[in-house]
Amino acid sequence: MNDVKSSENLLPVVGFLKIPKDGQPYLEGARCDECEAVYTKPQTHCAQCLSPNSLRPYKLGCTGKLYTYSIVCRSFPGIEVPFISAYVDLDGGGALKGNLIDVEATPDAIRFGMPVNIIFDEALGRKDRKGNSYLSYFFAPA
Amino acid sequence: MNEVYVLGIDMIKFGRYPDKTVPQLGAEAVLLALDDAGLTMRDIESLYCGNAYQANAMVGQRILQEIGQTGIPVINVSNACATGATAFREAWMAVKAGACDIVVAVGVEQMGKGLLGSAGGERGISKEGLLGSGSMPATFAAIGLEHTRSHGTTFEQFAKVAVKNHKHSTMNPKAMYQKETPLEEVMNAEMIAYPNTKMMCSVNVDGAAAAVLVSEKKAKELGMKRVVRIAASALATDPYQLRNPTLPDINSCTRIAAKKAYGMAGITAGDLDLVELHDCFATAELVHYENLGLCKDGDAGRLIDSGETALGGRIPVNVSGGLLSKGHPIGATGIANIYEICTHLRDEAGERQVKNARYGLAHVIGLGTCCGVHILERAN
Ligand SMILES: [Zn+2]
Repeated sequence: MNDVKSSENLLPVVGFLKIPKDGQPYLEGARCDECEAVYTKPQTHCAQCLSPNSLRPYKLGCTGKLYTYSIVCRSFPGIEVPFISAYVDLDGGGALKGNLIDVEATPDAIRFGMPVNIIFDEALGRKDRKGNSYLSYFFAPA
Repeated sequence: MNEVYVLGIDMIKFGRYPDKTVPQLGAEAVLLALDDAGLTMRDIESLYCGNAYQANAMVGQRILQEIGQTGIPVINVSNACATGATAFREAWMAVKAGACDIVVAVGVEQMGKGLLGSAGGERGISKEGLLGSGSMPATFAAIGLEHTRSHGTTFEQFAKVAVKNHKHSTMNPKAMYQKETPLEEVMNAEMIAYPNTKMMCSVNVDGAAAAVLVSEKKAKELGMKRVVRIAASALATDPYQLRNPTLPDINSCTRIAAKKAYGMAGITAGDLDLVELHDCFATAELVHYENLGLCKDGDAGRLIDSGETALGGRIPVNVSGGLLSKGHPIGATGIANIYEICTHLRDEAGERQVKNARYGLAHVIGLGTCCGVHILERAN
């Protein structure tokens, strides 16, 4: 399960990852009241139905299904490979890209549609210039 | 109807020119296109310049500083990998609207080596390899596997695209690489982002291409002998789609642009004789077979298997060698694709000539996302 205690001093890796003082980290996007489109970030207007005042903060699902992926074998300098770059359809709406972990990085081990959980963990030990550590999200097979 | 024609068009051989500047490369292409048209900078009423990496640096004006500061309007455009096509389209619109009779469109780029894409913003920490990948090979790999998910397309079928396009390149002296690559070599090459191996990725090169566009009146005045008619010009952006932009949707905007272009030209995909499409990665070519209507949805794998998209087949695709062999200088690519089509419609493509070609389609995608489609028609 998620190690909540250690997330207290961590900064969120993206703006839509929320770290409450007490309780589990979660992802918060926006959802349109009119057309039910779900976004992973706040929107000025709804991009689907154009409604100007229909977007409300929306807690994104913590489970989903693998839509597509790539196994990344060469990346930019300093980035550890291989890793699985995964695109997940979230239960409850919205789509997210992230690393799929705890699965062997080979096509035979990866199934389209496989259910995944969103888990929160330290951002691979990466620190910013000021030495801050970060909390990230990952996909793991459910 | 005010028809618009390509009177002159050319490209420099794509490659690496570290000793030249972006304006110098662009100037070279403009001069080649002017020569091809039999005109000089004095004849040009307006210039449309496409460049992505120096989009804020007045590349068009700097080209004129190289070859003639005649005081004409210059419009610098940037639209990712659709930059060149966008410059061409702006030039087309000026003539179509009757505002100008003779204009130039130029696309130019100097690329660094290495992977396209970004390792992540400066704020916070790098997201690459943490929140998936933002690299272009990985993004287009995932787009390819989306097709696999729906239609069972195989790694081998994607690899066949590279085999075909590299074979075509052996007949194109302006391609960066002109080397055949058998299937085993493509599939066993270094894996960059499954299912794209190194040989299934376009190369980052420097390049420039330019075209002289003229009105019907001017074409008749200057000589119709080698002109090519611009039958359609269409540009589209990515419409709302539930996974986009998390997973860039290159399919919907291509379908929108293709539909517009076929309508404008009054033809269907079945009337095309050749296609230059945006094979930035081998996976992309197959999805565009369907997006452009070259086959039914789900049949792209079978189409590459059939050999019908190779030179001599029913609908040859990327006989230039494609971006996979020519290289992909992103601002220049769109006009270089149009150059290839025009070369065939003028019967000047040498051993790679598609015989009796009447209609050709040039397609590019700029991630983020936009799609440019031009249909050209033989005028003679
Ligand atoms: Zn809406």
